[in-house]
Amino acid sequence: MSKEVLQGTLDLMVLRTLESMGPQHGFGLAKRILQVSEGLLDLNQGTLYPALLRLEQRRWIKSRWGVSDNNRKAKFYELTRKGRRQIAEEAAGWSRTVALMDRFLKKAEE
Amino acid sequence: MIERLLNLLRRRRLDRELDVELRYHLGSLEAEYRTRGLSVNEARLAARRDFGGVIQTQEAYRDQRGIPMLETLWRDIRFSLRSMRRTPVVTLAVIATLAIGIGANTAIFSVVNGVLIKPLPYPDSDRLITMSHSAPGVKVADVSSASFLYLTEREQNQTFEGVGLLSQGTATVTGRGEPEVVRRLSVTPEILPILRIAPLLGRYFSESDCAFGSRNTLVLTYGYWQRRFGGDPAAVGQSLTLDGELWSIIGVMPRAFRFLDRPVDVILPIRIDRSRVTVGGFFIPSIARLKPGVTLEQASADIKRLIPIAIESFPLGPGATRQQSQNSRLGPNLRPLKQDVVGNAGNTLWVLMGTIGFVLLIACANVANLILARTEGRRQELSIRAALGAGRTRIARQILTENVVLSLTGGLLAIGVAYGSLRLLLAFAPASLPRLEEIAIDPTVLLFAFGLSLFSGLLFGAIAVKRYARPRYSAAFHSGTRWSSGSRERIHARAILVVAQVALALVLLICAGLMIRTFQQLNDVNPGFAKPGEVQTMQVTIPQASLPDMELTARKQNQILDRIASLPGLTSAAYMTDVPMGGGVTADLLTPEGKVLRPGETPRSVQTRFLSPGLFGALGIPLVRGRDLTWADLYEKRAVVLISQELARLEWGSPEKALGKRLRGSSAADEWKEIIGVVGDVRDRGLNQPVTPTVYFPVLGQRVYNNPAYVFRSVTYVIRSPRTGTPAFLDEIRKAVWAVDSNLPLVNVRTMSDILDESMARTSFTLVMLAIAGAMALLLGVIGIYGVISYAVSQRTREVGIRIALGAESGQVRSMFVRQGLVLTAVGVAVGLGGAVALTRWMASLLFEVSPLDPVTYVAVSVVLIVAATLASYLPSRRATRIDPIDALRAE
Repeated sequence: MSKEVLQGTLDLMVLRTLESMGPQHGFGLAKRILQVSEGLLDLNQGTLYPALLRLEQRRWIKSRWGVSDNNRKAKFYELTRKGRRQIAEEAAGWSRTVALMDRFLKKAEE
Repeated sequence: MIERLLNLLRRRRLDRELDVELRYHLGSLEAEYRTRGLSVNEARLAARRDFGGVIQTQEAYRDQRGIPMLETLWRDIRFSLRSMRRTPVVTLAVIATLAIGIGANTAIFSVVNGVLIKPLPYPDSDRLITMSHSAPGVKVADVSSASFLYLTEREQNQTFEGVGLLSQGTATVTGRGEPEVVRRLSVTPEILPILRIAPLLGRYFSESDCAFGSRNTLVLTYGYWQRRFGGDPAAVGQSLTLDGELWSIIGVMPRAFRFLDRPVDVILPIRIDRSRVTVGGFFIPSIARLKPGVTLEQASADIKRLIPIAIESFPLGPGATRQQSQNSRLGPNLRPLKQDVVGNAGNTLWVLMGTIGFVLLIACANVANLILARTEGRRQELSIRAALGAGRTRIARQILTENVVLSLTGGLLAIGVAYGSLRLLLAFAPASLPRLEEIAIDPTVLLFAFGLSLFSGLLFGAIAVKRYARPRYSAAFHSGTRWSSGSRERIHARAILVVAQVALALVLLICAGLMIRTFQQLNDVNPGFAKPGEVQTMQVTIPQASLPDMELTARKQNQILDRIASLPGLTSAAYMTDVPMGGGVTADLLTPEGKVLRPGETPRSVQTRFLSPGLFGALGIPLVRGRDLTWADLYEKRAVVLISQELARLEWGSPEKALGKRLRGSSAADEWKEIIGVVGDVRDRGLNQPVTPTVYFPVLGQRVYNNPAYVFRSVTYVIRSPRTGTPAFLDEIRKAVWAVDSNLPLVNVRTMSDILDESMARTSFTLVMLAIAGAMALLLGVIGIYGVISYAVSQRTREVGIRIALGAESGQVRSMFVRQGLVLTAVGVAVGLGGAVALTRWMASLLFEVSPLDPVTYVAVSVVLIVAATLASYLPSRRATRIDPIDALRAE
């Protein structure tokens, strides 16, 4: 997969990861997302930060400063209630898109 | 959105936070790679690779955080301020030019706004109209209104919320210290409700206050209440002696109340005796308020319908016939009230606004030139920016931002300039300019100044952008090349600016020149009276209540005159109703004895004046034929008149033929009067107006104006003496009047020179304004030419050096540059002449006996401009001849 990630996709990945792992800092998030994608996703990890800011501005996640495992100052992100609701919506929207694209691709094969 | 705006303010802290976050991320990545056994360097590189561009991340993050456009703008502005500091002289020159240009425009605009644009200071003032009528049958365009029309219109109209009559005059207040003349406004009960102004204290006239025979009531204006009653609320209920009668005060108007730009002290009711109203009695002003949604046309149709009804409903005056009233073809002449208040001030003001706008354009051209020169110095910087990847729009935006920052700074200072020049302007403005009190720097004016600044910034910014925004990557690398074709192009841009400047300056100078010629012509006009500086005038009114008898009134006026005449150093003295150019208008339709009007011919309207013997001598009006009035004529009420030369010529062919002929006014009840003398013509309505045909009656007499007998109680004494203008002389005159009656106030104390100056005030005002604008334009134009030639000299240093080395004479070198300047000027003058021909006809109404295409002005102005331009190009060209060829060639 190319380095350019569909905007909505990265957002959903971040939200889902936060949902499953709880509060997490940027590095941890990036690591986890790459882990889950099992090499399918080639992500410039820097891209994550504008996305995090965007989600924060939408009030889907919130951040606070904390101390990491290795005792360094780091910013931790966590889901808000609004963000939790949003995951379901985003996921549904994404499924619809996939289903739709699926049909087109199948049609094209026939 | 608000959060993003706030983020703009806490940029620094947010940047630091992001830095910590990113560093943590990179550090963690590095640490991971280290645990996998990579060296420090390898780990760092790997971490960077995984992370991607740190700078790009920061940029993307910042864009997401704030509002990208605003942030760039802010950066551009800060950069602009920095680069302005780097070239302080150019920056100051630009800002000062703009401050003056925009400031002058703002000042004039505040006048235009206050006088012409702002609505009248009454609620829903667009529905206020002047209720006038016209009588084309007797060639009178405006007869105002009359009681019989008013009564019919107020009772039977379908299109008005209210119709009211008003009249203005003076009254004498006695019994409160020194006698005082106050300005009186008389109104029917509808007037103040029409204007929608409620009294501050007490109440306003009710219908019963305006009923005929009701007790005397009056309302004070705020100013008079403050002045004479110290703002005491107990004034309401007190009484005031006006022309010898007691009036009780029932109310006070609010401070903001202005009556159509005319000063008023007291407001009295008009009490109409309906049983005595006849068809006639015109020239009483009337105003009305339209019902919502009614157009002027609908209202006119309504009035047209009512006029025949009005004529039928009232008895005719003595000597009048129904046929006469039909022949006058009375009709509606309604117009917005604002039009009457503003009058013809619009002409002058729009011409001023236009010229001052021209000055700003010229100033912008100069500024554009300076900006071009400055941007020229930054070509390298711009080229490097372009080479480093700044797009065309990015550079254009930067240049525009810089220029708008410059122009807005200029605009800010301009408000100060406008404030100062407005005070100066108002100090010089003719008193006849309407609504002076409403002129102020208000939000509309500020918005105008802002818009103008933005506009000029974008205007000259666009010129700079057009020249420099196209990235020329190569230019950065041969910066010093003076041979590149680019410089020729840039000279071209400047040349166009200079041509435009010269053309604009020429138009303005021609306007100013035409005004100077007008002023000259006016000064050459003979007003009809001699040595106005020697003549003192002042008005004295003997109230009817204090001396009802007509003959005794005339005797008393005579007595005052005798007292004045006995003063030392007096040449002559007399009195009359209204002095020439004094503003008073009395007129009648003339009926020469034995004259039968041809079909379609209308009776001539003539001015009427009432006077004492000796008046013509005192004013210096020559007696052409016949004799002057005598006191015997006056007291024996002989049926005699004098007429002006022009009237004699028009009606009888010559002064000789007019002598002994008889005439009377429009009323058949009037007495035939014999012409005993013909006197010189007077330009009664102003120097720029034709002479006025006039009939002069004795101040006491009988059977004139449909009156069985008359005396004029308000007369103006005309006193000729070499001592006129000294305070001691005025004091002696006052004492002489008060020796006869200490209750008589003196008003309108002025010399005939004052009156003459007042009648020329608007012309002199326009002249001064245009002269200032013209001088500014000339100066700016000359600076423009000087700048371009200087620039050309500096650009061609090397070429000139070679020429001199090859043996060119210094005269040849000089003339090369002067020629260049002259070519530009010639083109500018040609364009300007064309522009002037097209534009000056707009100012025709301000001119007097000067054609808008006056050849003298056009030639003189062109010559002045060409001489100035020659000088402006000669000065820098001298520098070229001092070029040392060796230095010039080495300079590269």
